[in-house]
Amino acid sequence: MDLGTPWDVEKIRADFPILKEQVYGKPLVYLDNAATTQKPQAVIDTLTHYYAAENANIHRGIFCLSEQATKRFKSARHKIQEFIGAGSDKEIIFVRGATEAINLVAQCYGRAFLKKGDEVLITHMEHHSNIVPWQILAGEIGIKLKVAPINDRGELILEEFKALLTSKVKFVSVVHVSNALGTINPVKEVVRLAHEKNIPVLIDGAQAVAHTSVSVRELDCDFYVFSGHKLFGPTGIGVLYGKRELLEKMPPYQGGGDMIRSVTFEKTTYNELPYKFEAGTPHIAGVIGLGAAIDYVQSIGLSRIEAYEQQLLQYGTQKLQEIPGLRIIGIARQKSAILSFVLGEAHAHDIGTILDRQGIAIRAGHHCAMPVMRRFNVPATTRASLAFYNTRQEIDRLAEALREVTEVFR
Amino acid sequence: MNGDIRELYQQMIIDHNKNPKNFRPMPDAGRVAEGYNPLCGDHFKVYLKLEGDVIRDISFDGSGCAISKSSASMMTAALKGKTREEARALFEEVRKMLSREIGKPFDATKVGKLAILAGVCEFPSRVKCASLAWHTMLEALEPTGKQVSTE
Ligand SMILES: Cc1ncc(COP(=O)(O)O)c(C=O)c1O
Repeated sequence: MDLGTPWDVEKIRADFPILKEQVYGKPLVYLDNAATTQKPQAVIDTLTHYYAAENANIHRGIFCLSEQATKRFKSARHKIQEFIGAGSDKEIIFVRGATEAINLVAQCYGRAFLKKGDEVLITHMEHHSNIVPWQILAGEIGIKLKVAPINDRGELILEEFKALLTSKVKFVSVVHVSNALGTINPVKEVVRLAHEKNIPVLIDGAQAVAHTSVSVRELDCDFYVFSGHKLFGPTGIGVLYGKRELLEKMPPYQGGGDMIRSVTFEKTTYNELPYKFEAGTPHIAGVIGLGAAIDYVQSIGLSRIEAYEQQLLQYGTQKLQEIPGLRIIGIARQKSAILSFVLGEAHAHDIGTILDRQGIAIRAGHHCAMPVMRRFNVPATTRASLAFYNTRQEIDRLAEALREVTEVFR
Repeated sequence: MNGDIRELYQQMIIDHNKNPKNFRPMPDAGRVAEGYNPLCGDHFKVYLKLEGDVIRDISFDGSGCAISKSSASMMTAALKGKTREEARALFEEVRKMLSREIGKPFDATKVGKLAILAGVCEFPSRVKCASLAWHTMLEALEPTGKQVSTE
């Protein structure tokens, strides 16, 4: 694969101060990027500078600092709009993260436009955050949750998905990239199939935006959600993209300041998009920090990032498969750089502890996707999830430490 | 290999994990309690048969990591034939051993073979694994009706 200009991973690593840390006297190998990604110095500096020199509330001050903060805030929204290829920055709603974005849609779209007996179609590989909000809605208004099955590779079975897409289905909500399996879903096709029947579609892009370039206009999805902290940005900030005509007709999420145009005790009129969905003082530093993260990612280029990560995935897959007794869970043909596996009889938490003492940070557990664990009949998996600052040497260290695990549990 | 890891995963722990003692359901148990750590997934039931004040039989089943399973296995071996009072006292000693400050000594004579679990306190995130079966046993012995979890 061609990476264009030479890929200098050491230079990239130097941008991330945490990667110089040691754990138990060993250099940190950070392989838990699906949980959260590390932050480049540029993001850290942006946050520090904002609080040290620019802090002011937005939209209300008539003084210099506030105007400046408002400008930076707006420009970050615009940046995010362009980053995901949305048509207007009115379609970019700031929330706490992917979880809150899905809850917002389930509540605001769901309660207004779905009714008892309507079906919401998801897949078997959803994160809990794309299951539970719909179950809450089911309890409130009596919608039904339908689940499209996946095959033994961990791929959505499109034929079954099509068959489930009956006239009862009134909403489709599907993960773009599975955090537990790495599967990249054919979301464009999913949207096309649903739109043939005029069904709106939400795509959960929490694991996608940091690893592949996304254009919501090209996908034609109705909603797209992601979290800043998985995109090298701060925690506590995330994005809901929604098509303007849908957002316009949805009722607001929360009431309060900023989301109103005028308030009397008798009647309140709501503000226009995107403010209608952003009650209260937003996470200003988070938004500006997310803007800086996007600048950073774009300075490297998502197509180069994707190409490099695919090489790492191939290398990692091969290295892990060489370990006796190791079974990779999730071998989709279209896959992101996530390696979920079980190793002989060793429990994921024991593996996690042994790797931790080698300075290797991985995730052990059900990855907030218990139905996936049940589907593959495992209580838990160990997961190494890669980012563009990871290296082959780090994968070698992972493989070496896993051999140590097999030794302990021989 | 890392010394702490060897200390934690001693052969006896590996053996108990592989071939746990009293690892079976007990259909005619007088007391049953269930312990579950939802974040990590460790999930066990502990069964007791009491005869007056004495634990005539004790067993467990379920699934979990090597630390939780071997701790449960050793617990059942240690408590069979013990009185309620003795079981409670051993629970206390094990609790003290597992939750002591790193590097602090403890009185190994009070816990017998269970001293092999002493290294767990060096791994704060694993103390909950080692203690799950014990708290489950206590709930079976002295029911409170609360859900047992050590997370
Ligand atoms: C696929 C997927 N969806 C949603 C989420 C939820 O993201 P957050 O916890 O940032 O709201 C995650 C996080 O792990 C995820 O992997």
